[in-house]
Amino acid sequence: MSVIVTDTGFAADDWKCGFRAVEGSPANDCPEGIDLASDTDPATLVGLTNAAMIRVDFPSFADGRGFTLATRLRQLGYKGRLRAKGHVIADQYAMARRSGFDEVEIDDDLAARQPEDQWLRRSNWQGHNYQARLRG
Amino acid sequence: MYTYNDFDEAFVLERVAQFRGQVERRIDGSLTEDEFKPLRLMNGLYLQLHAYMLRVAIPYGTLNSGQMRQLAFIADKWDKGYGHFTTRQNIQYNWPKLNDVPDMLEALADVGMHAIQTSGNTIRNVTADHFAGAAADEIADPRPIAELLRQWSTDHPEFQFLPRKFKIAVTGSPNDRAVTKAHDIGLRMVRNDAGEAGFEVVVGGGLGRTPMIGKVIRDFLPQEDLLAYCEAIVSVYNLLGRRDNKYKARIKITVHENGLETIREKVEARFAQIRDGFTGFDQQLLAQIEQHFAEPSYKSAKTDGYEAARLANPAFRSWTDTNLTAHKNDDYAIVSISIKKHGHTPGDASSDQMRAIADIAETFGHNEIRISHEQNVILPHVHKADLNLVYQALRKADLATANIGLVSDIIACPGMDYCALATARSIPIAQEIATRFEELKMEHEVGPLKIKISGCINACGHHHVGHIGILGLDRAGVENYQITLGGDGSEDATIGERAGPGFSADEIVPAIERLIKGYVAIRQDDEETFLQAYRRLGPAPFKDILYPEKAEKNAA
Repeated sequence: MSVIVTDTGFAADDWKCGFRAVEGSPANDCPEGIDLASDTDPATLVGLTNAAMIRVDFPSFADGRGFTLATRLRQLGYKGRLRAKGHVIADQYAMARRSGFDEVEIDDDLAARQPEDQWLRRSNWQGHNYQARLRG
Repeated sequence: MYTYNDFDEAFVLERVAQFRGQVERRIDGSLTEDEFKPLRLMNGLYLQLHAYMLRVAIPYGTLNSGQMRQLAFIADKWDKGYGHFTTRQNIQYNWPKLNDVPDMLEALADVGMHAIQTSGNTIRNVTADHFAGAAADEIADPRPIAELLRQWSTDHPEFQFLPRKFKIAVTGSPNDRAVTKAHDIGLRMVRNDAGEAGFEVVVGGGLGRTPMIGKVIRDFLPQEDLLAYCEAIVSVYNLLGRRDNKYKARIKITVHENGLETIREKVEARFAQIRDGFTGFDQQLLAQIEQHFAEPSYKSAKTDGYEAARLANPAFRSWTDTNLTAHKNDDYAIVSISIKKHGHTPGDASSDQMRAIADIAETFGHNEIRISHEQNVILPHVHKADLNLVYQALRKADLATANIGLVSDIIACPGMDYCALATARSIPIAQEIATRFEELKMEHEVGPLKIKISGCINACGHHHVGHIGILGLDRAGVENYQITLGGDGSEDATIGERAGPGFSADEIVPAIERLIKGYVAIRQDDEETFLQAYRRLGPAPFKDILYPEKAEKNAA
């Protein structure tokens, strides 16, 4: 099982349509989410802006490529749901939100080790934000 | 000087609170050691050979007397009464306890300072010309730009987990005192033909185990595009930089492996996407920042006393010959305070010395202090009429060593005395060289010479750009010192060439002595510096001096 973290805390996953790899063929009955690896070629992103859900993998919390992939997707005009999945720690929640992610998907072990209050402490991600300030 | 506004102040306090929480969460197991490591590093906290080390940023090397006193207070309260000034305009405390660090950070925040991004795979403390705002040769003051970059890079959500560390330096003078070409991004402030302000942007420079001189990626970048363009460079690097091998992860390798043209195309494409996100508000902020860096209100006084004191006191005269640099105001001078007393640890200052510097700066220096990448302290604005009093006060604090730019003004990394990465000692070698040349009384005769010592191939002592570089290695458990020759960190940046086989710890100081005496014997005249002689004659005669036995064999 996994836990979905948003600004309001922990919740169960409400995404019903599943996920497929970016190169896989789409199902007809349900708008599947797209799974992106952290080493995705950024040139791929241009074709994904109409997706309903994109999930970017964080194989390790030290792999910061997902933050740039999210930023790029939003700059390309992607308006759908954007999720960071994998080894993302509570301390990175603000970075994820500021990069354009809506939510973070973590496994039960991580959720037990870093419970909800540790994530909620970073739900103030809109405050103290130099980059937003510089962009006016 | 920049002073924190409410936003900056709230930010650093929030950051301290976050770090306090991270320390607690490490102890209660919420964070694993692996997870805690980059979090403590991005707050300046290293784990060294014997203890933790806290690296505090001195943004673009500028601080005031109150801040210097706070650094002294921190040294006394939580460390062993001293601090170490580094080659990246930071100060390091070598003996803090983990539980004290949040309090140390709070004490820094109280005076508008921090340790944010002084380590880790992040954009590091932005460095600048230590003579900024004072130098006679300056086109523009780089500090407002450096402060804007500090704000932009601080806690940047995209760039806290880069492939590797990322260093930016900026200079506003054609004489590059910030070693910009040895940085991941080097910025040189220039004006185009229309007279508009902008930058020459250099990318992919660096020292370390693969030294490279940076390459020009943009001849002229308009000032208002700076943040978007830097963001484009780091964003491209974040995806393209190698994560499979930390020794190949710096952008210099990314540029080398992909080619400058490819990098330029990707950066320009990325820049086109990012640029519209900046509305120009950053330029309004820049204008506000610039007001903080207004020139001091210079005083007018006669300077006759200065000349008289020079004539009367040879020691003062000698100090003024070496430790002063031309100020843009003729009645003023830039004072370099040597933190390289012969036989002492380069860059180490006691809390008493820090307080003495703070007092002198307050009384005679318009309250301004700088830290240079050469590990010295600068008083950027001193009226010539006050120089004698400044000198007397420095003497009392044991800070009047007259050796700036000479043999004993050595850059040395902490080496095996402190550092977990080091393969050899650096500090004792620097001490022995300085002491030896003090005995010989010949450093003034030798003239300008930059010796730089690193205790491992990571090159924190910048040995690649030393006129004489010394690299300490471990050869089967024995320290071995290689010499490089002809390096230069200025606007003519050059990587030094390896002279030949290394020397043992016992042989290295005599080898350096032989080298320098040999140079004095073959130079054209007293005016020809070591670097000029090396460039004129090439490496051969210098190698013959270093390896006389081999030279004899070749001659036979």
